[in-house]
Amino acid sequence: MIRFDSVSKLYTSNPRPALNNVSLEILKGEFVFLVGASGSGKSSFLRLVLREEKPSKGDIHVLGQQLTTLSSRKVPYFRRNLGVVFQDFRLLPQKTVFDNVAFTLQVIGKSKGFIQEAVPDVLKMVGLSGKTARFPHELSGGEQQRVAIARAIVNKPAILLADEPTGNLDPATSQGIMTLLERINLGGTTVVMATHDAGIVDQMKRRVIELIGGQIVRDERQGGYQTQSMPIQTFGMAGTDGEASL
Amino acid sequence: MRFGLVMGEAASGLRRNISMVISVILVTFISLTFVGAAILLQLQIVQMKGYWYDRAQVAVYLCTETQATGNCAQEEATAEQKAAVEAELTSTDLAQYIEKFEFENHDLAYQNFQTFLSDSSYASFVKPEMLNESYRVNLKDPSNADVLIESLSGLAGVESVVDQRKYLDQIFGILNAASYTAIGLAVLMLIAAVLLIATTIRLSAFSRRRELGIMRLVGASNRFIQTPFILEGVFAALIGSILAGGAIVAIVQFFVRGYLTTALPSTTALIGLGDALLVVPVLIVLGGVLAAASAGFAINRYLKV
Repeated sequence: MIRFDSVSKLYTSNPRPALNNVSLEILKGEFVFLVGASGSGKSSFLRLVLREEKPSKGDIHVLGQQLTTLSSRKVPYFRRNLGVVFQDFRLLPQKTVFDNVAFTLQVIGKSKGFIQEAVPDVLKMVGLSGKTARFPHELSGGEQQRVAIARAIVNKPAILLADEPTGNLDPATSQGIMTLLERINLGGTTVVMATHDAGIVDQMKRRVIELIGGQIVRDERQGGYQTQSMPIQTFGMAGTDGEASL
Repeated sequence: MRFGLVMGEAASGLRRNISMVISVILVTFISLTFVGAAILLQLQIVQMKGYWYDRAQVAVYLCTETQATGNCAQEEATAEQKAAVEAELTSTDLAQYIEKFEFENHDLAYQNFQTFLSDSSYASFVKPEMLNESYRVNLKDPSNADVLIESLSGLAGVESVVDQRKYLDQIFGILNAASYTAIGLAVLMLIAAVLLIATTIRLSAFSRRRELGIMRLVGASNRFIQTPFILEGVFAALIGSILAGGAIVAIVQFFVRGYLTTALPSTTALIGLGDALLVVPVLIVLGGVLAAASAGFAINRYLKV
């Protein structure tokens, strides 16, 4: 589904790599948490999967495509198989809930009939069927994030990328979002979620990949936010150091 | 569905940027009007050349009593000398270039002078014998005038051999200069127009950067993202070009046909409405292509991240 082979990412302005020789594989149907301090490379990882950036070194395969050689012309078509959710929702303020979700389908050329069927379905799934005519500013944060999730999954993507989707939400609302993401995952969609929310990670008991300074320091099935296995504890210290030096 | 969406996006962009769009329209309007005027001037030159070059003759002026220039020695050209010129004109060497020739004697020259230059200040002093007798030669191909000049100007009794096209070339020179000036102005204005369109499109893209970001994220093709912006630029430029086309037609209709035809002697060949209608599509295509190119360029640079 997603495979990184010794991937490094360097930004020109920064001598320290955002990702340093990262190799990993994420399988179909997995639910993966990406944890680590700010600047540890989580967002770079997601941007690389989305092919918003190209790696400086190494190969990335996503959904059978080698992203390093994928031509820019084909990138849009590749992205149609991915859904993305952000901390700041990124909804269009002048469009209603329905239109925000429909917009995704319109711009990739789906028919009116398909949109009329798919959008109410997905809004029902995220629990917003009664609010299709509202504008984003009339909704709570949790509801706005549900709209964003609906927009991300309306095209039935194989992979859902979520960059701190609960970062702006209170714990109870976050819980609702996680339940929704879990349901989406049960439907067969691979979910990769970058987060700082220890409570959620600990409670969900899913695969956890921890990044520090652009390197994978932990890849644990059914892990928690803090590692349970002893020897790697020291890396936690290294992480704190790394953050302090930023 | 998709077509409607693209058109809707373009229309909303135009609405949001209305003041920039108006300036694009005006600048394209003015610049293309200059382009059109330059093309009309060139057409006018072609028209006049076609008309006059056919009528332009090579004049072989013969000596008069008063002249000492050329091969003259203040003696009237004798009958033998005239016969020699005539023999040369009918010889096989020259006859192949010549369509016909006429002899213009003093009286005829005086008549013509009185007809065309009667209001000049020295008309009253001129007497028939002061005017050169001449052979007026019509050539099959006016560009062969040099052959005639070369073979006749050496003959005794010939004052000079003149290709009348030279007089026309001065007029064409002036018209040419005018049309190059118009083209120069047009190029400057077109550069302004292109830059203005690029700026407008970038502003428009900036005001829609949220949508653009989401479009890119969900996999809208680049073409789909670009098209509304390009349409926006092309639409504004097309209005400008159509206005310019209208202005060109109006200039020909009211100024050239309405004013110049009455103000100038009727022999002047002037361009007509047909020529103007020929220029209009050129302007519209030029405006559209330039706008599409600059808008495409502008949005392309915006899309690259």
